[in-house]
Amino acid sequence: MTTGRVLVVDDDPSLAEMLSIILEGEGLEVTVCAAGDLALRAFRESKPDVVLLDVMLPGIDGVEVCRQIRAESTVPIVMLTARTDTVDVVLGLESGADDYVTKPFKPQELVARVRARLRRGDDNAEAETLQLGDLTIDVPGHVVTREGSTILLTPLEFDLLVALARKPWQVFSRETLLEQVWGYRHAGDTRLVNVHVQRLRSKVENDPENPQIVLTVRGVGYKAGKA
Amino acid sequence: MFLGTFVALALGTYMYQRIATGLTARATSIGEQQALNERDYAQSLFNNAPRTDINSLRAIGLQIAAPVTGTGRESDGGQHDRIVIMRSVDNTFPPLGIISTESGDERLIPASLRAAVQKDPTHAQLQIGTAPVNGKMIPAVIVGARIVIPNAGNYDFYLVSPMTAETQMLGIVRTSFLLGGLALTLLLAGIAYLVTRMVVSPVRDAAHVSERLTAGALNERMQVSGEDDLARLATSFNAMADSLQRQIRQLEDLSKLQQRFTSDVSHELRTPLTTIRMASDMIHASRSDFTAPVARSAELLSRELDRFETLLTDLLEISRFDAGAATASHEPGDLRDIVERVVDGCESLAAAQGVRLRVHARRPAVAPMDARRIERIVRNLVTNAIEHAEHKPVDITVAANPTAVAVAVRDYGVGLREGDAEQVFNRFWRADPARARTIGGTGLGLSISLEDARLHDGWLQAWGEPGNGACFRLTLPVRAGQPIVRSPVTLAPDDSSIGIAMPRGNSLTMGTPAAGGPVGHSDPGGERWRSAR
Repeated sequence: MTTGRVLVVDDDPSLAEMLSIILEGEGLEVTVCAAGDLALRAFRESKPDVVLLDVMLPGIDGVEVCRQIRAESTVPIVMLTARTDTVDVVLGLESGADDYVTKPFKPQELVARVRARLRRGDDNAEAETLQLGDLTIDVPGHVVTREGSTILLTPLEFDLLVALARKPWQVFSRETLLEQVWGYRHAGDTRLVNVHVQRLRSKVENDPENPQIVLTVRGVGYKAGKA
Repeated sequence: MFLGTFVALALGTYMYQRIATGLTARATSIGEQQALNERDYAQSLFNNAPRTDINSLRAIGLQIAAPVTGTGRESDGGQHDRIVIMRSVDNTFPPLGIISTESGDERLIPASLRAAVQKDPTHAQLQIGTAPVNGKMIPAVIVGARIVIPNAGNYDFYLVSPMTAETQMLGIVRTSFLLGGLALTLLLAGIAYLVTRMVVSPVRDAAHVSERLTAGALNERMQVSGEDDLARLATSFNAMADSLQRQIRQLEDLSKLQQRFTSDVSHELRTPLTTIRMASDMIHASRSDFTAPVARSAELLSRELDRFETLLTDLLEISRFDAGAATASHEPGDLRDIVERVVDGCESLAAAQGVRLRVHARRPAVAPMDARRIERIVRNLVTNAIEHAEHKPVDITVAANPTAVAVAVRDYGVGLREGDAEQVFNRFWRADPARARTIGGTGLGLSISLEDARLHDGWLQAWGEPGNGACFRLTLPVRAGQPIVRSPVTLAPDDSSIGIAMPRGNSLTMGTPAAGGPVGHSDPGGERWRSAR
């Protein structure tokens, strides 16, 4: 069982406490923060491995908090949202969240998401270097470089890129990517994939309007560009 | 316009005819009088002739026939008069020859006129013929009479008097009539245009504005100018539009408020529900530590929470449809894949109910669809069918035709009562409230399915007969925007006309029974069907 630190940002004390009970029951270390404007300080102090972030927060709303945290860290962020409307979800994802769970969620579901975000880092440690276009990917080192300069990716974006780069001949459906990268066993929300591919492109493509690294295969999904 | 031209033409022609007749009548009377004068003059010349030998008589004749001016005839026109003196048919004296003003003039005299003079020598005979004037043939009055030349016998005297003046006058009249007619026509056109501008265009404006209003441009108004009837029409039209707009706005606000409220309530309920859910799961997980009644309570709590959650989710989904906020992605998908997934998912439920699921899907059925929504519809139909199949098999048929793909779920269970097929899509509708529920359901499942189908421009229809089971059919267009002509799967066993077209007006406003609803029919005395999730 991985131990890890989780920062819960939620203004509802009952829910925050319940979340703490559940996550601590899973052997995780939990810090709670009740307001958006305190979240960034709490984040800096607790240095969590995963952030659970409610979208509706007093002070600064969750989307903004997400943006602030993302500005200084690549820590995995899971949004807690009561809204399943496309706009809200996409807005949250675009602000930098890796994943989201819709209230009401089952405890196991939440734990699974958090575990999936924590899982990375403890898989293989063998040296593996992938080449994709003009990018060099150092898999165990979690570093992507173009002509010597490092491109900063979140763990999830990195995983997405690696998944595509390992099998450049294969077209990945959104469902497959969800399973491989996010760790969903059942079909989840394919919007996650769309948004993250957009974000990944904005970082790794020379011209995001005309992608060369991550290609869209219409009606099927995505594949890696030519090595 | 055409009528105006026609009237002008007809009137002109009539007046022209009248004038021509009048002129001819005048010309003939003048011609006749003149001819008689000429004849008397010629007769007197011949009577007083000093010598009556042929040559002298001929000379006199030539003198008479010579183009004469200033003999009291009308100044112009008269100069074109010809005189012809010819021997009568019954004359036995030696001939004088034909005497004429110009040689060849005798050919102008019609034979019928000669015969008339022969027949009645005492009167002047008159006929209209033609005569050349300046190389043109124009109508002429020809008058014939008899003269008696001493020593030469009876001769016919003819005066050919071309109607030069009259022809000229007629020409002028015709020209003026043509010009007048043209002017009149143009005038008519102008008036018609003006009338159109003044009367028709405001009416046309009104039609245009009301079309725009119908299309939803509620701010559209008519221009009011002047104080005539049209202005009054515009004013009352605008008043009507104002009132309509106000009412529509009110209704919109009200409905927005209501939708907003539903949505807010659902959202606000979610946070505490999440906490309750987790707490309940904790308790449920450690229920073995409790006494039997407490453990059972924990189970009930957990189960009902599931139901509560589903209901909330469904309510939220419905409120999203009501708010028009639901959007569907349209990516090509095969109905067979979806059916396969649903059947896999329902296998254990079907087994528990002792129902066999039979899938008939031979050919691909690809259409643009939001796979999540379509799967939700199919799952809903299949679980419904399983629940009502009464341990008999359920047939799931997938097919495609050029305009549509469809999946029909047919069970052979209790069926639907008459009128139920229209009701099944209503929210919270249950055919028989007394019936024990075996599979949890919110009563919103089919309503949501119908909305999902509508989002795809598809059809969702129900058919059922008591004791013979029921059939639910989902039909989707193969191309977005192209209407479905006919569903590739039959709905009822005797599917002649039932459900070929999607009936309109199956509104699902909460609290009102869905008017119409997809077509279905059934006989009285049957059992029940209810919408389950």
